[in-house]
Amino acid sequence: MAVRKSPVLIYGTLIVAVVLSAFPLYWLFVVATRTNDVVGDWPPPLLPGGNLGDNIARLFAAEQANFLTGLINSAIASVVVTVSVVFFSSLAGFAFAKLKFRGRNALLVIILATMMIPVQMGIIPLYMIMVELGWQNELEAVIVPFLVSAFGVFLMRQYAERAVPDELLEAARVDGCSTFRIYWTVVLPALRPGAAVLGLFTFMATWNEFLWPLAVLEADNPTVQFSLSQLSTTYYTDYTLMFTGALIATLPLLLVFVLFGKQIVGGIMEGAVKA
Amino acid sequence: MDTKWSPYLFVAPFFVIFGIFGLFPLVYTAWVSLHQWSMGGSGTFIGFENYLELFDDPNFWNATINTLGMLVLATVPQLLIALVLASLLNQGLRRLTFLRVGVLLPIVTSVAAIGIVFSQIYDRDAGMVNGMLGLIGVDAVDWRADKWSSWIAISTMVNWRWTGYNALIYLAAMQSVPRDLYEAATVDGASRIRQFWSITVPMIRPAIIFTVIISTIAGMQLFTEPLIFGQGSYAISGGSLRQFQTLSMYMFEKAFRDFDYGYGSAVAWMIFVLIMLLALINFLVMRKGK
Repeated sequence: MAVRKSPVLIYGTLIVAVVLSAFPLYWLFVVATRTNDVVGDWPPPLLPGGNLGDNIARLFAAEQANFLTGLINSAIASVVVTVSVVFFSSLAGFAFAKLKFRGRNALLVIILATMMIPVQMGIIPLYMIMVELGWQNELEAVIVPFLVSAFGVFLMRQYAERAVPDELLEAARVDGCSTFRIYWTVVLPALRPGAAVLGLFTFMATWNEFLWPLAVLEADNPTVQFSLSQLSTTYYTDYTLMFTGALIATLPLLLVFVLFGKQIVGGIMEGAVKA
Repeated sequence: MDTKWSPYLFVAPFFVIFGIFGLFPLVYTAWVSLHQWSMGGSGTFIGFENYLELFDDPNFWNATINTLGMLVLATVPQLLIALVLASLLNQGLRRLTFLRVGVLLPIVTSVAAIGIVFSQIYDRDAGMVNGMLGLIGVDAVDWRADKWSSWIAISTMVNWRWTGYNALIYLAAMQSVPRDLYEAATVDGASRIRQFWSITVPMIRPAIIFTVIISTIAGMQLFTEPLIFGQGSYAISGGSLRQFQTLSMYMFEKAFRDFDYGYGSAVAWMIFVLIMLLALINFLVMRKGK
């Protein structure tokens, strides 16, 4: 860098960065396919072994973890929350960006202000609400409070301002469309790229949520991350079992990443998104 | 009729759900923190007693120091490396999309899964880091046993996860810096490193402020990584001597293990105050440097 552009040095450094980024995931895969005997060997085994099937069978049989329940719970919660956040965020974002109503600015300021405050700060009263509602240890507890997102509304509003031309809205209005119909047929399609990014990040955040499920759920009805933490509570650290669980818990996210990696990069570069 | 009420209908679901499950708990935390409040039923109003107790509580200060220590160890390297990576990615070379996607890989992994991987990598007996230290003749380190070693191990996970993300934010900002600034500087004979510090960094200041504030907020809430790193029955206290217990973990311990909701809420409120304080300091420092 100090000298002229030196492609070899630049590519070299970047490739090292990518290898370091990928290595823990590769190591996750290697250990998940091995037996406990090799963990801790030096030099460490760097190629996968043939034990993945056995490990998966042990994982789903491990009573303390309820891994299958965890997977199903997380899948349901992530899908429901994602669909809901995208729908309500685009609906409200559209209203804030393109419709005129009294109190609009004041309401928007409230949303902006609360975006900076970590939701975690309210988990103790949130827990009390769950007790009142009888949702302790129920899947509703990890879904309902997260059906909307202040950040999502803000993001969708930004998108709608740029992506939805006023002329198009007026034309639809002249054609006699109701406001909801305009949202559904004109606005939503125009917001699709932004909605995709919001959806991906919401899915990842819900799938990864850890503190709240740990507070409100019990070990017999966990989410996938909760279930992972249960694997490590035994006296003897069974690394292959934990790694196999970790691998399976990461697969849906990796799949999303392989399919939408470029969009995620584009979305971050465009809107500075935080999961 | 439709045009008049539709906007309200469109924003109503957000405000109803957010009001009940987001805003209300946030405000109510402050109220609970003024009570002697434990499991079941409402509490007795005790004013600021929880806070007074908190200020005398060595475990609270210990958690505060741990959180701030790991915050520095996890944020500073992450943002510096991200700056360097971004400027490399900004060199206009070909085939960089692949590399951009590559550095983003860490944020799409499950946090708990990564906690497990790094727990193994930093294991005293079976870990890869100690294996490598052995190669250069350094004795195995018991990473969980001491403050510094556990802070380093936990910070590595955070750094690993967020560096690529920050690099992309910086890259986006760098791409909007006008090219002719660099051309003029090159004509004037400024080296590339000089150009980096005198043009790039000042021009992307808003992006840097954004990442510093976001990383600070995230760092103040550190929870999953240290909890998974802890393993076993001491997990929530961050090791047998609380050597790596964070404020979020302490709040969780008080509220959901000891069922002392009032005290836990006081801790939550202190985390919030600290976040605001740090955001303000960040902001002032950044503005002064202008």
